[in-house]
Amino acid sequence: MAIILAVDDSASMRQMVSFTLKGAGHQVVEAADGQQALEKAKETQVDLVLSDVNMPVMDGLTLVKELRALPNYKFTPILMLTTESTGDKKMEGKQAGATGWLVKPFNPDQLLATIKKVLG
Amino acid sequence: MSIDLSQFHQVFFEESYEGLDVMESALLNLQPDNVDSETINEIFRAAHSIKGGSGTFGFNDVASFTHVVETLLDEIRSGSRQITLEIVDLFLKSVDCIRRMIQQHDAGEPCEIPEAAEIQQTFEAILSKGQASDTSEVDPSDALSESGESDSSASSGWKIYFKPELDVMRTGNDPLRMFRELESLGPLTVTADISQLPPINSIDPEACYLAWTLLLEADVDKSTVEEVFEWVVDESELTIEPLSSGDSADKVDSHDEQPDIAEQAPPEQQEQRVAPVSPASNSSPAVSPAASSKEPTKPSSVEPKDKSKVEVSSIRVGIDKVDDLINMVGELVITQSMLGELGLDFSMDSLPRLLEGIEQLSQNTRELQESVMRIRMLPISFTFSRFPRLVHDLSRSMGKKIELKMLGEQTELDKTVMERIGDPLVHLVRNSLDHGIETPEQRVKSGKPETGTITLNAFHQGGNIVIQIIDDGAGLNKTRILEKAKQNGLVADGDALADDQIHDLIFRPGFSTADQISDISGRGVGMDVVRRNINELNGSVEVESVEGEGSTFTIRLPLTLAILDGQLIRVGKHIYILPLISIVESIQSFQRMLHRVVGGCDLLRLRDEYVPIIRLSSIFNIKPDGNEMEDGLLVVVEGDNMKVAILIDDLEAQQQVVIKSLEENYKKVEGVSGATILGDGTVSLILDISGLIKLSGVQRYEYKTVSNGDDCAA
Repeated sequence: MAIILAVDDSASMRQMVSFTLKGAGHQVVEAADGQQALEKAKETQVDLVLSDVNMPVMDGLTLVKELRALPNYKFTPILMLTTESTGDKKMEGKQAGATGWLVKPFNPDQLLATIKKVLG
Repeated sequence: MSIDLSQFHQVFFEESYEGLDVMESALLNLQPDNVDSETINEIFRAAHSIKGGSGTFGFNDVASFTHVVETLLDEIRSGSRQITLEIVDLFLKSVDCIRRMIQQHDAGEPCEIPEAAEIQQTFEAILSKGQASDTSEVDPSDALSESGESDSSASSGWKIYFKPELDVMRTGNDPLRMFRELESLGPLTVTADISQLPPINSIDPEACYLAWTLLLEADVDKSTVEEVFEWVVDESELTIEPLSSGDSADKVDSHDEQPDIAEQAPPEQQEQRVAPVSPASNSSPAVSPAASSKEPTKPSSVEPKDKSKVEVSSIRVGIDKVDDLINMVGELVITQSMLGELGLDFSMDSLPRLLEGIEQLSQNTRELQESVMRIRMLPISFTFSRFPRLVHDLSRSMGKKIELKMLGEQTELDKTVMERIGDPLVHLVRNSLDHGIETPEQRVKSGKPETGTITLNAFHQGGNIVIQIIDDGAGLNKTRILEKAKQNGLVADGDALADDQIHDLIFRPGFSTADQISDISGRGVGMDVVRRNINELNGSVEVESVEGEGSTFTIRLPLTLAILDGQLIRVGKHIYILPLISIVESIQSFQRMLHRVVGGCDLLRLRDEYVPIIRLSSIFNIKPDGNEMEDGLLVVVEGDNMKVAILIDDLEAQQQVVIKSLEENYKKVEGVSGATILGDGTVSLILDISGLIKLSGVQRYEYKTVSNGDDCAA
């Protein structure tokens, strides 16, 4: 089972994601913005990062760039949680080094299916 | 796996309310001529979160409404649309609307907000009017469209050619992972094309030089295969063709290159390799995020809340306060164990240590009490935050220019006190807007800046919180107040009143100076109700005013309703408690200061005013030490805006007492606001000054000031 970093400034989304992942047996590290996520990622080597795009302090795209600059996170899967209205963010996310995306709104089953896709 | 999403609803509601507050205050701070991009970002983020959450948790009405709001915000954010006052107003309206939607969901009621559709149409009309850049929604399935028409015809298998970009690894997309995913659909044959590999000395170990041909023998839709490559399709060469009879596994070159592929995987990834996935046998359908995002998630059925269920109100407490508390408890445990040890084997030799322990215990208790109190304390900004909007809306509707200043927003007070002071504050602010601040023309005429200022100020002062509402408006008109008071029979002709007594008339029941019933005042809630509400909280409200310069309303409140600074008093054998805040002074009574009013009550001449005397012994029908006035002490207290002197036998200690409700434990008793348990275990009643005044009937008399040195406008 994997250690997953869930980054979202919305507490309810974080809770939902975290609850779902823990239910599937994963360990979850939570962060409320990119800055926090970066610190947590340095503290704990995680296997997968799930990050919201729009966040205060440091947004998701910057987070991806910052993570990719760390030797330990060169190849770690990073998924962006995007919404339809920010479709262009997918491309930006890819350019920043994101692995893929999960379109909001998603339900727990979709989340788990995507996680499975990444972790094999 | 099915997860009940309703467990997250409460958190979602709370964060939505917070987000809406953020939006509102940011919108109110927006200067259309000078848009600060961070402010817009903040508003956008809040709307975006609400939209995302409401979509996720199945509140589709909120999601679709917020979507148009967000779209317009996005245009403003990207600079393709100018923001105008009208748009700001529309946003404010939509904030209200979303808040009401959320409240209805929160209460488990069916959502019916008539103006929602109207506001949404207004947004759509604005959005469809040129000026804006192309904000056509990107269909999430566009990502797949490059791979040609998605024919969903299933075939017996697929032949896939996949050449990813060199940097595919750097986005964490490991081709091996995709192949394993394909393998979970059916038997898979992989052939690597290594023709692009550079000479060994110039290989970049992190780049991917390979391309693959994959034969998948599985009876699945093409879209299922496309989905595997969803995240890399834009940067890769990908063809997916139905498997023809010519493509068979044995035609493909030897599989010997497969180990090469494995070597391409960076070592970090190899560590967490799992054995190849056996064909998926679990029945969970592979859900395409792209396809399903368009299907609204089914709202989990929201059960209307059982009305009889007690509302549990929650409070968010800073972690530092909780840490403090845990520290205190730790200290307490240490003290307890120390005392416990002493008790096991006590001899008189250890008396000093016992006393030390008790001293420590009382300190622990005090600190613990303070910490626990602090948990219920919230910054007053929670109440102040509604005012920018209120002032903005009212000043616009009244054609006045008003600037609102808020000071001391971080001043903390008890949550319950805060909840109960909200309405009186709103009333006072409305009053300042309506009667205080003049129209811009009038202000210019009287040589003031045309923008009026209302200041909300909060600060702590000796165990109380003081809230001031200060305006630089017209001030109270003494002449008109007196006229009104005489009309209403509050003042007799020929009464000479000092300025502050005249000002104070506005708090008397049945008094209103609003010439016409405007939208703002004249709602039946007068200043008398404001004062009564504040008095019920053991607080006081006063007004100071200078005609032409403005008024200041000052509210004083205890920091908490649970604990009271009390003065213990004794009458006969009984101990009562007076709220310390209400005591003006205590004096020894002398014959020369006492006056008897025929048919009335006893009066105390205190410097230049007469103060009625209340005998507790006669009210509570108990026997005092002595029957003569001179035997006792007089405590002068203030309540209901009049002073009274209470005759008692003796003053005892001052101490903090924990207030217990008499109503909950017994029944309401006139003149008593609650009870407490003293150190010796006896119950003592806490006196309610305004109740005592009513009981004694002393307020029926008018007491004039003795001096007539004050100039009184009559």
